Amino acid sequence: MFAYIVRRLLFMPVVFLGVTLMVVLLLQLLSPAQRAAAFVRSDAQLRNLDAIIVQYGLDQPFHVQYVNWMREAAQGNLGYSTASSEPVMDTIRKRFPASAELALISLIPVLGLGIWLGTLAALNRDKAIDQFARVFAIVGWSLPNFVLAIWLLVIFYGALGEPLREFAGGAFRLEPGRVSTSVNIEIANGNFPLHTRFMLIDSIINGRWDVFWDALRHLVLPVITLAATSSALIMRVMRSSMLETLSQDYVRTARAKGLPTATVHYKHARRNALIPVITLSGFTVIFLMNGVVITETVFNYPGLGRWFATAAVNLDYPAVMGFTLLTAFIVVVGNLVVDILYALIDPRIRYG
Amino acid sequence: MATTTKVIPQRRRSWFTLMRSSPRTAIGAVALAIIVLAAVFAEAISPYPPNQQNLRSRLQPPSAEHLLGTDHFGRDVLSRIIYGGRVSLQVGFIAVGIALAVGGLIGLLAAFYGRWVDSTVSFVVDVLLALPGFLLALAIVAALGPSLTNVMIAVGIANVPQFARITRSAVLQVIEMDFVTAAHAAGSRDQRIMFKHVVPNSLSPVIVQVTLSLAGAILAAAGLSFLGLGAQPPTAEWGSMLNSARPYIRDAHWAVTFPGLAIVVTVLALNMVGDGMRDALDPRRRD
Repeated sequence: MFAYIVRRLLFMPVVFLGVTLMVVLLLQLLSPAQRAAAFVRSDAQLRNLDAIIVQYGLDQPFHVQYVNWMREAAQGNLGYSTASSEPVMDTIRKRFPASAELALISLIPVLGLGIWLGTLAALNRDKAIDQFARVFAIVGWSLPNFVLAIWLLVIFYGALGEPLREFAGGAFRLEPGRVSTSVNIEIANGNFPLHTRFMLIDSIINGRWDVFWDALRHLVLPVITLAATSSALIMRVMRSSMLETLSQDYVRTARAKGLPTATVHYKHARRNALIPVITLSGFTVIFLMNGVVITETVFNYPGLGRWFATAAVNLDYPAVMGFTLLTAFIVVVGNLVVDILYALIDPRIRYG
Repeated sequence: MATTTKVIPQRRRSWFTLMRSSPRTAIGAVALAIIVLAAVFAEAISPYPPNQQNLRSRLQPPSAEHLLGTDHFGRDVLSRIIYGGRVSLQVGFIAVGIALAVGGLIGLLAAFYGRWVDSTVSFVVDVLLALPGFLLALAIVAALGPSLTNVMIAVGIANVPQFARITRSAVLQVIEMDFVTAAHAAGSRDQRIMFKHVVPNSLSPVIVQVTLSLAGAILAAAGLSFLGLGAQPPTAEWGSMLNSARPYIRDAHWAVTFPGLAIVVTVLALNMVGDGMRDALDPRRRD
C-alpha cells in the first residue's frame, strides 16, 4: 500500500511534466510575438514585445524555449493575462475560490442525489421510482450543460420567470452573477472585507446573513447545471452496483440469518456497492472542471471558468495556458486521491 | 464466394433482432435517421433559406408561417435548425474520423509492436487524459484560432486518446488468439496480419466507441460554438444559435428552446443507439 502511494506520487510529476511539454508545444503554433505575451508581467512590458522575444529567446529552438518557460513558471510567472489585465497567477489566486465554492457545493447534490436515488432505484427494481431513475439517468446524461443552463435561465429568469416570481411573492428570485450589485458595491468600497474569497464563508465571518442568502440564491441555478451530468452518472453506476451486490451470497446469508431488512440493505449491501462510485469520483472531477467553464459563462459567475472562456475567445494565450496547467494539476491530484481512497477502502485491492 | 452469401443474411438478422429486442435502440435509430435525412435534404424541406433576414418580423413567436418562430434578425428558427444539423453532423463525423484514424492507428501499432512503442503511447495517452477533453479542445482551438475547421481538428485530437486506448485493448485481445499465431507461423508479413487478421476482428468495441464519440463530438463542437470559438455568424449552427439568441431569452425563448432541443434529441438518439450496440456486442455490460 505504502509503496503504491509512493509510486503514484512519483508518477504524478511525470504526467504533469508531460502536460507542460504539451502546452508549450501547443504554443509553437503561434508567432513569436503572440508567444512573448506568456512572459510579460505588466502593461508596460506589453509595449515592447520585441525586447521580450530576444530576452526570452522566443526565436530559439523548441527545447531552449521549453527550459526558459519552465524557469519562469517555476518562479510563479505564468505571464500576463490581457483578459483580466493582471498577471495570470494573480487572477488564478483571486478567482479560484469562486470556482471552488461552486464546485464543492455541487458535490452535495452529485453525491447525495446520485447515491440516494441509485440505492432507491436498485431496492425497488422495475417499480415506478426505478423507471424514473432510469429516465433521469439517460436524460441527465444527454442534457448538455450549456442547453440546461440556458433553459434554466429561460424558466427562472427569462420569459417564463415573471409568473413564477409572482407566484413566489418575490421571495424567490434567481439571478445570474455571484452576488447582487449592492453587495458588489460594498465589496468595491471595502465595506465587506474578503478574507477567504469564499463568499459563503466570508459572509459568515463578517456576520452578514443577508449576503449569505444572497450568495446562496445566486448559486442555485449554476449548481443545478453543474451537478446534472455527474449526478446522473453516479446514480446509474450506484444503481447497477447495488443490484449486483444485492444478488451476492453474503447478502442472502445476512437475510437468512434474520437481520432486519434495513441493516442488510444499508450496512451490508450499500457499503460494498459504494466502491465503484468512489472510482467514478475521478470522472466527477473532470466533469466539474469541464462544466465550470460553460456554467460560469452562462450565469455570469466571476470564476476561473468564465475567465478562461473569455481568454480563449480573445486569444489571451497566457491565460489559456495557465488555466490548462491548473486543470491538469487538479485532475492529476484528484485521480491520485481517488486511487488512494479506493485502496484504503477496499481491502481486496492491494497494489503491490 | 460461398462464405459471403452465408455471412450477409446473418448480419441483417442480427440488426433486426437488435432493434426488436431493444425498443430504446430502435427509437434512437429512427430519430437519428430522421435527423440525418433532414440534414441531407435541407434545401428541399426547410421552409426558408437559413440566413434570410426579415427585420420586420423579428422575434416572432411560433405561428403557421414560422413553425418555431423567428430570431432577432427575423430568420426562421426551424430552417436554421435544419441547416444547423448539417453543420453539427459534419463536424461530428469529421472529428470522430480524425480521432478514429489517428487514435486507431496509434493503438494498433502500440498493441502490435508492444515494448517501447507501447510504453510511449501509453504515456502520451495518460498525459492527454489528464486534461478533460472539452478543455483540451478549447485550448487547441484557442491556439489555432476560432473557426469551424479548427473545431473539427481540436475535437478530433481531443478524442484521439480514447480511440488509441480502446483499439489497443481490443487488438491486445485478438493478438493472443491462435489464428494470429498461425498467420505468423505461416510467414505472413506484419502488415498483412495487421489489416487482414487483426483489424477486422477487433472492430466491434471500436464501432461502439464511434457512436458514443459522435454524441460527444457534436456536443463539444456545439459547446465551442456556444462560447464563440466555432461556427462564426451568420452560419446556422445549434451552439452558436443558442449563444446569439441568449440576450433575448426574456422576450423570445423559442430562439433558444428549440435549438437546445435539437442538440438534446440528437445526442440522446446517438447515446441510445450506442448503448444498444454495446449491449448487443457485449452482453456482460447490460444493466
